Amino acid sequence: MSTTMTDKIPVTVLTGYLGAGKTTLLNRILSEPHGKKYAVIVNEFGEIGIDNDLVVGADEEVFEMNNGCICCTVRGDLIRIIENLMKRKGRFDAIIVETTGLADPAPVAQTFFVDQDVGEKARLDAVVTVADAKWLAARLKDAPEAKNQIAFADVILLNKTDLVSPEALREVEARIRGINPYARLHKTQKCQIPLAEVLDRGAFDLERILEIEPAFLEADDHHHDHDHDHDHDHDCGPDCTHDHHHHGHHHHGGLKHYHDEEMQSVSIAHPGDVDPEKFMPWINDLVQAEGPNILRSKGILAFAKESKRFVFQGVHMILDGDLQREWKPDEKRVSRIVFIGRNLNEDALRQGFLSCVA
Amino acid sequence: MPAAPVQTLVDRVTTLAFDRFVLKAGFLGEELLFVFADGGIQLGREAAPLRPHADAILVAAHSGKRLVTGGDDGRVVETGPDGRTIELGNEKGRWIDAVAIGPDGSAAWSAGKTVTVRDGKGKVKTLTAPSTPQGLAFAPKGFRLAIAHIDGVTLWFPNADAEPERLTWKGPHLDTSFSPDNRFLITSMQENQLHGWRLADKGHMRMSGYPAKTRSWSWSHDGLWLATSGAEAAIIWPFAKEGPTGKAPRECGIRPAKVTTVAFHPRALVLAIGYEDGWVLLVRLTDASELLVRAGGDGTPITALGWDKDGKRLAFGSESGGAGLLALPV
Repeated sequence: MSTTMTDKIPVTVLTGYLGAGKTTLLNRILSEPHGKKYAVIVNEFGEIGIDNDLVVGADEEVFEMNNGCICCTVRGDLIRIIENLMKRKGRFDAIIVETTGLADPAPVAQTFFVDQDVGEKARLDAVVTVADAKWLAARLKDAPEAKNQIAFADVILLNKTDLVSPEALREVEARIRGINPYARLHKTQKCQIPLAEVLDRGAFDLERILEIEPAFLEADDHHHDHDHDHDHDHDCGPDCTHDHHHHGHHHHGGLKHYHDEEMQSVSIAHPGDVDPEKFMPWINDLVQAEGPNILRSKGILAFAKESKRFVFQGVHMILDGDLQREWKPDEKRVSRIVFIGRNLNEDALRQGFLSCVA
Repeated sequence: MPAAPVQTLVDRVTTLAFDRFVLKAGFLGEELLFVFADGGIQLGREAAPLRPHADAILVAAHSGKRLVTGGDDGRVVETGPDGRTIELGNEKGRWIDAVAIGPDGSAAWSAGKTVTVRDGKGKVKTLTAPSTPQGLAFAPKGFRLAIAHIDGVTLWFPNADAEPERLTWKGPHLDTSFSPDNRFLITSMQENQLHGWRLADKGHMRMSGYPAKTRSWSWSHDGLWLATSGAEAAIIWPFAKEGPTGKAPRECGIRPAKVTTVAFHPRALVLAIGYEDGWVLLVRLTDASELLVRAGGDGTPITALGWDKDGKRLAFGSESGGAGLLALPV
């Protein structure tokens, strides 16, 4: 009775601090002529200014699972609502969950991995965060929720860019990258964006975790400033065994580099195989111990004597991993993991990972 | 693993097809009843379905001649065997999360944290639960409602001024049910287990080991057994004397597919079991003999089973609307 990934209803989680423009994005999604039908789950305290067939008010009831996993919080109301929506298959093609401005995205995401019945019918597609270009920098200082939402995101819409100067925009972008260099970042006004950039991203689909390079290394919609100064602390050869903590090393798009005191990302690569007998216990113990601080994790690994890539992704203590496609003949067997989290001990992570080398 | 059942009743089954999720199957009075998630209520085999709600039916409870449904239109509606409907309540568009049928024409429902009880004369009382309830059940004696929520159950006498009583056990509780002799209260939990309380002394009972959540259960006619879904067999707990504490449950109808729905025969120790692969079996507890009712149909999970009051007919339905009516040899 297995259901393949494609049979499952995709769920997009829409987050963003108060006033950032979530409702504007939601209205865009619902009003564009894409021929798709959405079931929308909104928090009932917000205004529902949406003309849509299926709008459900939710009460954002978060509870802890009684399974020894201290950060395993899930949204009980979502379980109930999604179970019920699934009894009406054919009425909609996808689900959008809009959270309150103060919500932590983790319980929403974890619901899809913790609840078996929900996980069988629906799949988390991506966490999309709308950020206000004018106010985000201030919120990152005074609102831990805003920082969580940036750290957790797969896609970030830096919205209301018309309200700030180009310098201020670069500043806030750099702040975002200081927290989460892996999310796709789009600069928008009134949330104008092709919907393909927001929907059906497959951000939690192991089959689609193709690359975990920082997203800003890819040319997308950034305005590259070509006469910026490179200010590397050191130069690395093509086979350097250490990876770059994202701050302080790369300068792309003329962005300044901020190190957020609280929330960071750490990326570690080893240009070769790791031993699964060492790696699996290490990563499991790590998320058990550090799960509350690790918001997101991802990895692509070359296991010794294994012709396929092992890929995993995680949310706090919950890990989802599997062997994926074959390593290609011309592909370098590199093992790479990334973490986004609070107060990460980079040295300990690096030593731990490198002790798993085969 | 026991051999596949050789005895079969499949030639006594009338196959029906509805092409929509079957929420409830059974009988309203003498009339065959199917309740669909899309909002339809089928009474009898011929009549056009009733649609008392604006859209979907989320929850339904039925007993004897009463059917109570809660819709995503926020309305709670009672339907009788003659097809007449009355509106019991209207929560103005909020989803109805749970409904229960009570004594003397009473009913209860919840929407968000608000629990409403309506007695047979139409008098309404409300209570705010500590978190959104998912399960409501009336006690077999007295006018008392159990409300299952996060971290326990609230027991409420709507006609008494006393503060509701609280039974606590950490974790999210889903459905709830009183034993027919009013000695035990059971809940199903998010963490694939059941919890129970002895009402006399609030002593705890834990019934665990399920690979999936228990979403269907049924008390035997003598009240001594509770059959439950959630494993690759019907798990049947003994409730004679002090209950299941320290006793192993019976496992009946073991198959390589999870049980999704169970319904005890109203007069005999025979259990109807529906599986996630669309199979339906009858199992007699006394000798564990099995009778095949349905060998899978289109393979989608059985979501509803219901006997008539004499136990001569059994109705069933599935997630995809595959359904049937078994007439037992008299």
